[in-house]
Amino acid sequence: MKKYGFLKKSYLALIIGFFYLPIIYVVVFSFNASRSLTSFTGFSLQWYEKMFASRPMMESIYYTVIIAVIATAVSTVAGTIVAIGLSKSHRIIRQVVTQVNNLPMLNPDIVTAIGLMLFFSTLNIPTGFGTLLLAHIIFCIPYVILSIMPKLRQLDDNLAEAAMDLGCTPLQALWKVIIPQIREGIVSGALVAFTMSFDDFVISYFTTGPGINNISTYVYATTKRINPSVNALSTIIVIAITTILIFANVLPMLRERRKRNEKTA
Amino acid sequence: MKSFRRLVYPYLIWAGVLIVLPMLIIVFYAFSTEGNDVIPVKITLENFVRFFSDTIFIEVLGRSLKLAVITTIVCILLGYPAAYFISQLKPDSQSVMVLIVTLPQLINMLVRTYAWRGILLNIDIAPELKVYIGMVYNFLPYMILQIYTSLSKMDPSLVPAAHDLGCDDRMAFLKVTLPLSVPGIISGITLVFLPAVSSFFIPKLLGGGSYVLVGNLIENYFVTTGDWNFGSAISLIMTIVILISMYFTKKFDYDQEAA
Repeated sequence: MKKYGFLKKSYLALIIGFFYLPIIYVVVFSFNASRSLTSFTGFSLQWYEKMFASRPMMESIYYTVIIAVIATAVSTVAGTIVAIGLSKSHRIIRQVVTQVNNLPMLNPDIVTAIGLMLFFSTLNIPTGFGTLLLAHIIFCIPYVILSIMPKLRQLDDNLAEAAMDLGCTPLQALWKVIIPQIREGIVSGALVAFTMSFDDFVISYFTTGPGINNISTYVYATTKRINPSVNALSTIIVIAITTILIFANVLPMLRERRKRNEKTA
Repeated sequence: MKSFRRLVYPYLIWAGVLIVLPMLIIVFYAFSTEGNDVIPVKITLENFVRFFSDTIFIEVLGRSLKLAVITTIVCILLGYPAAYFISQLKPDSQSVMVLIVTLPQLINMLVRTYAWRGILLNIDIAPELKVYIGMVYNFLPYMILQIYTSLSKMDPSLVPAAHDLGCDDRMAFLKVTLPLSVPGIISGITLVFLPAVSSFFIPKLLGGGSYVLVGNLIENYFVTTGDWNFGSAISLIMTIVILISMYFTKKFDYDQEAA
């Protein structure tokens, strides 16, 4: 097996190169002095200046973040409540909800999107920030429920009963016994919801109204002509996501290693 | 504890109105056309007849399926070795590699596709090939992560056991590792094939206007021409085609497990 080591490593390196090539390309060209996307003519920060000066661009960042934050908060709370209710419900109700939740998860995004668009138009609801936010909450909740359900299945039913025997109200049992035990599921559900909302294009594209763009719909609308400020915007997103990921993953890893070292020392 | 059951009731209404009803509205639109002043809507099969009697629409559907199938196959061929090699690394390196594969996925899909546009402007190849590169790029991480998950769940003593029983490396892989990773491949297929059939911004951004897929058709009928009835019919046809393909994939998985 050993002799294949070099080949394996080269293959993985190639795949990583494929994944990061466009990202590096965008970062490099965000500092380009000219408009060109093919030749690098010199270093400049002009596209960053243009980005910060562009109101629609800054607004798209604002809407993306604010919608992701609200949609995550609402869908996490709602999803947790529904999941807990489901774990105590009749099997038939549980199956019906699971099947219905599968619709937006298994249907192509574009079908969910036009369904909502037709729904809003049938009810004469004008599209805009409200419909965009509502759409995001609608497709995030099933993912939150999906991440929490397995944790609830592992939960010992007797614990909540025991808490109530010891004088807890049902609400206290929920808050002090059930929630802490499914916390991991809630956190991963919230992360999935945030990523789905932050990354979404198709559903946003069909449910937003005039003047309200998130980053995805903004980029889609501007790519008809070459706009190097989009490179600057992309670079900012790349840096933000990388920073968040490093904080979320590398720090716990380091802490654990330090703990291990302390134990051995 | 039964009182917690009541927590579900509001969601039943929510899901009925906001998830199920919109799907029914699509079906309604698909089976109707705008009528005249006296009868505002006409229930009809016209939209479906229109779709299936025009070779252009069939061609577009075929092209979308071909794109999705080839993308899925290329993702399996490229992704399987990658996932397999990752699963053989040291545990610490495995988590770092998973992180490296996940990171580009978290960057907005539109932004990633836009990034390829710049690179592909330098290369003189058919627009179709550019679309394929963009599709594989966007979906490969899903495939790698799914296959890796099923490989990492495998009992590590199984392969040495196969060796003890006289298998060589190749046999051990074909008889033990590969069958056990089929569930990962299947869920990878679901995550790649489904969105690939309906994708419309990758072809639009990378293929120029010339490469029309079923997703682009739906977008056109909803956004540009405003013919929602025909657009709904196309979506319904696409959904049914996807359901049929997924049924066969699942059936294959089931037969494999039974064998």
